[in-house]
Amino acid sequence: MIVVGVALAGSLGAVVRFVVDSALRARSGSSLPWPTVLINVIGSLLLGLLTGAVLFHDAPAEMLTVVGVGFCGGFTTFSTTSVDSVRLIVARRYGAACAIALGTLAITLVAVAAGLGLAAVW
Amino acid sequence: MSEGERPLPRALHLRPSALAAVAVGGLLGTSARYGLGRWFPVESGGWPVTTFAINVLGALLLGFLLEALIRIGPDTSWRQVVRLGVGTGALGSFTTYSALAVDTDLLLRDGYLLAAATYALGTVLAGLLATGVGIALAARLGERRSTS
Repeated sequence: MIVVGVALAGSLGAVVRFVVDSALRARSGSSLPWPTVLINVIGSLLLGLLTGAVLFHDAPAEMLTVVGVGFCGGFTTFSTTSVDSVRLIVARRYGAACAIALGTLAITLVAVAAGLGLAAVW
Repeated sequence: MSEGERPLPRALHLRPSALAAVAVGGLLGTSARYGLGRWFPVESGGWPVTTFAINVLGALLLGFLLEALIRIGPDTSWRQVVRLGVGTGALGSFTTYSALAVDTDLLLRDGYLLAAATYALGTVLAGLLATGVGIALAARLGERRSTS
């Protein structure tokens, strides 16, 4: 049964990502693909919180599987970030490409640490 | 309503058909990632090879898909449905950034510094390379198609 929950939660995560990303890209005057960065950071913060809830407060592991692996996994995306970075490299915007590729990694690591930390002191 | 007053087309992300394509793709991509994670589990403290492989494969396929679609024609009709369903939905949700970040932080927390660094930087670099390979493959196939 849990596989159904994971699949549905992942589907919902993908739809929310699509709507948020499209809405932000339409409004954004920036040529940088920052909406995907934001999505990955928010999803990582949420997964950090959930992981912390299981590690430090014995929250049910099924919740982590459905919301974490399902929703957060479907909401955040690695492939789009990779394509965004390569497109910047092709456009010879090396600084921007580095900022998106390594910046996303650095900020999501901080977001997860913040989520784990918040869960620990809750 | 006269011809000049036709309303603007609805934004893509508000169209039911676009949302349905992403939802179905998301269902399949997430299920595939979850299934692979169950078949090839990585023990706590281990190098997360399954998520690495998923992310790199997904990056290659998305690079290939988007480049191929651009070469086939404009982002309309079936090409747009494929881009949203297979690209944004399936490959977008097959790959994941949150698991990459959490697994890296957990490796760091448990003192596996080398594993954390090689996993995080290795995924990002291999992902960029894989995307480049995917784009180059689609470009090559497109050239062969147009010259034959």
